[in-house]
Amino acid sequence: MERVPILKIGDILLVSIQLDMSDQTAVQLQEDLAERIVATGCHGVIIDITALDIVDSFVGRMLSTIASISKVLDAETVVVGMRPAVAITLVELGLSLNGIRTALNVERGMELIAAAHADELDYQLDDDLDAETATP
Amino acid sequence: MTAGIDLGQPQAQSVRSDEDVVRVRQLVRAVAVASKLSLVDQTKVVTAASELARNTLVYGGGGSVEVTVVDNGRRKGVQIVFADSGPGIADLDLAMTDGYTSGGGLGLGLSGSRRLVDEFQIETSAETGTRITVTKWSR
Repeated sequence: MERVPILKIGDILLVSIQLDMSDQTAVQLQEDLAERIVATGCHGVIIDITALDIVDSFVGRMLSTIASISKVLDAETVVVGMRPAVAITLVELGLSLNGIRTALNVERGMELIAAAHADELDYQLDDDLDAETATP
Repeated sequence: MTAGIDLGQPQAQSVRSDEDVVRVRQLVRAVAVASKLSLVDQTKVVTAASELARNTLVYGGGGSVEVTVVDNGRRKGVQIVFADSGPGIADLDLAMTDGYTSGGGLGLGLSGSRRLVDEFQIETSAETGTRITVTKWSR
């Protein structure tokens, strides 16, 4: 079985799917990513599907599952590079890709993750301030 | 991979494993390109083939796929037959409903792939298994 490589770039894990994945390869990627998120403490995952000719219901479900798993592990997932024909087909197939954030390319995906992480830090900072003012 | 395929003849691919589902996708793509389907139509028929080949494997216990270039005099198209000798589909109406699944899937395989093709025909029985024929025509 082939495996999809996972690259670490700064605080982000980048997965560029370059092969026609078997279902087993897709499931393996899910597990590999969960492990890498925990091992690296990364806050963002970018899945680049530019090279994918199709996204069927199995791969669509894998993308949703990865987004959910990474959320639980404190990381944001962004799917980038979907081809127009793939988007049209996905919608007609009836897949909604629930909970998945998308961006047109890797660069925009990185911006999205950086923004989401900055928001989160602000939020935590606000919490800390509230806690301080609440203390007499 | 696509070189050497005689598209005048039906192309057969057995479906016994995950990797065979990948091969079905590649075969259907090659035939769809040869039939001059548009990129969107290629994508749709390959996606439908992926769903149905997976059904053949998971629910039918494996089977075979046959891909043929068809010509109705006005247009060319791709016809794909998915055959298995599995237990058949007990309640076809229910199986064709969006979101219904007897396995662990999303329940979009049958209903979704029907939307992606132009013609969709299904014969199923407990004795002979399931046989699905789909056709996608060029525009």
